[in-house]
Amino acid sequence: MAQFFAYISHGDGVADDAALEMITAAKKIDPSASVTAIVTGSGPDLDKVANELTASYPEVWKFNNDALAYPNAEVIRKALVNNLPADCILLTTHDTLGMDLAPGLSIKLDSAYVADVVDFEGLEGSDIKLVRQEFSGQVSTHVKCDAGNGAVLTLRPGVFPADESKSASGNVVDKDAGDVSTKRKYLEVVVAEVGDVDITKSEILVSVGRGIEDQDNLEIVHELAEAMGADVSCSRPIVDAKWLEKSRQVGTSGLTVKPKVYLAVGISGSFQHMGGIKGNPFVIAINKNPKAPIFQVADVGVTEDILEFIPELTEAINEAK
Amino acid sequence: MEILVCVKRVPDTSENEIEVSKDGADIERDDLVYSVNEWDNYAVEEAIQIKDKIGGSVTVITVGDEEAEEVLRREMAMGADNGILLDDEAFEGSDGKGIATILKAAVEKGKYDLILTGAQADDGAAQVGGMLAAMLDMPYASLVNSVDVSDAKKLKVGREIEGGNQEMNEIELPCVLSIQTGINEPRYVGIRGIRKVASVEIPTYTASDLGLGADAVGAGAAKVKRLDYFVPELGEGAEMLEGSTEEKVAKLIELLKAKGGIK
Repeated sequence: MAQFFAYISHGDGVADDAALEMITAAKKIDPSASVTAIVTGSGPDLDKVANELTASYPEVWKFNNDALAYPNAEVIRKALVNNLPADCILLTTHDTLGMDLAPGLSIKLDSAYVADVVDFEGLEGSDIKLVRQEFSGQVSTHVKCDAGNGAVLTLRPGVFPADESKSASGNVVDKDAGDVSTKRKYLEVVVAEVGDVDITKSEILVSVGRGIEDQDNLEIVHELAEAMGADVSCSRPIVDAKWLEKSRQVGTSGLTVKPKVYLAVGISGSFQHMGGIKGNPFVIAINKNPKAPIFQVADVGVTEDILEFIPELTEAINEAK
Repeated sequence: MEILVCVKRVPDTSENEIEVSKDGADIERDDLVYSVNEWDNYAVEEAIQIKDKIGGSVTVITVGDEEAEEVLRREMAMGADNGILLDDEAFEGSDGKGIATILKAAVEKGKYDLILTGAQADDGAAQVGGMLAAMLDMPYASLVNSVDVSDAKKLKVGREIEGGNQEMNEIELPCVLSIQTGINEPRYVGIRGIRKVASVEIPTYTASDLGLGADAVGAGAAKVKRLDYFVPELGEGAEMLEGSTEEKVAKLIELLKAKGGIK
């Protein structure tokens, strides 16, 4: 079988959680897989991460280069293309770096590409059988990927259990990135503005999604939140529509919250949204679509039209006080 | 600036419950409402705003059948100048790379300074823009949520990254950008607007027009094949509250109180 690699991102000298998930994923493709980790960056943080990973990976490729100090996908892609063997299987994460890096990498390596894999069902010859989702998680599909000429596969973060065995005692190999000149220059990261309410500290959240249909209807959500003593948060479409501030958005592209109770109204529950909910809160979902993916992950579900149900709930809470 | 925007006609998930057909070979498509992919609509709006600012033209392009033409007309009603339909039976069954290959061939028939795609479409792969850029050897930035066109040679673009932060980049033209939702507020298109462009001719290119052989596109070339659709077995799943609305409300309040959800 082909050689396996895992491109691992890191921050503040610590490897991304996906580092251990990718080992599990590789073994689900091929139980005998030996995976080489790849990290890019510069300075002492990079050394720290590379050393950390030797516990889990038999070999860690370290690309130390000032041009890689910030993870600019255009630069990383060139370093990888300059170094990866033909026909290899490269795993990385379906996140904002993976989406930037991986599709083009598959073209440059002339290999197959599958994004956002949620499960692997093994190998038949050179075909990898895997599972992914479509239509915002409403349906799943089995996919056959011909990896005979190599494959680039991005994994959904958090779905493969971490391999905690840490028994690899591997070694770090310094790699030369080669020519990494690009036509895209990283400038800076602009940090998100803090809003009037800090939802990352809220104990109770009423979170509203596309199902609210109209900006004027937000009033009933605010009333419910007031009755419960909760703060109002939301999913991405509400921010896209400019109905609430970005500082109210829960999800991987918004804020990570850790309330005790999370009441999701009219939210379908994409993995990007659910990725922003931590600390195992009690999740209640109200949605008129019984197939909404959020019902797979919520503790309690109610199939109702939120526009009619929320005012009744608010009234009943106020009466019960 | 000459701008090309790649768009796709997709089932509108906000209007439909997606159901798997009995044999799992497809989703139930009979009663589906189709529309332009949401991300693409933002991309078209961004292109029109750039054109309004500094001049040039906006062309919308799609790989699809004659029904996909309605999506092109909708985007032309928004203000795109031209539409191009890429339609051939040989394109059916293409994977992401196949679609990018078709688009690349069409890009090379024109001359564009800037190519936009939506960040992702109905299959959630977010792949075609990055593939197209690599095939064209152009620089690429994904998940773009701001574009500054004040320089004629390079753009300043913001990328949406984790935590609501924004990564700023300088990118040389020509380039490919995938556009994230929320970058702008796409304008409303009325029936009158669509009628205005109803008779505008939309050229159609086939595989042979684009010089594409059967080995490059379609099911034969696809390394990635969807085998079936299925509804995942729910793990634990939510405990669904049953009964009348009143009963559900009562149960919910009981649960909220028990879990500390009412202060």
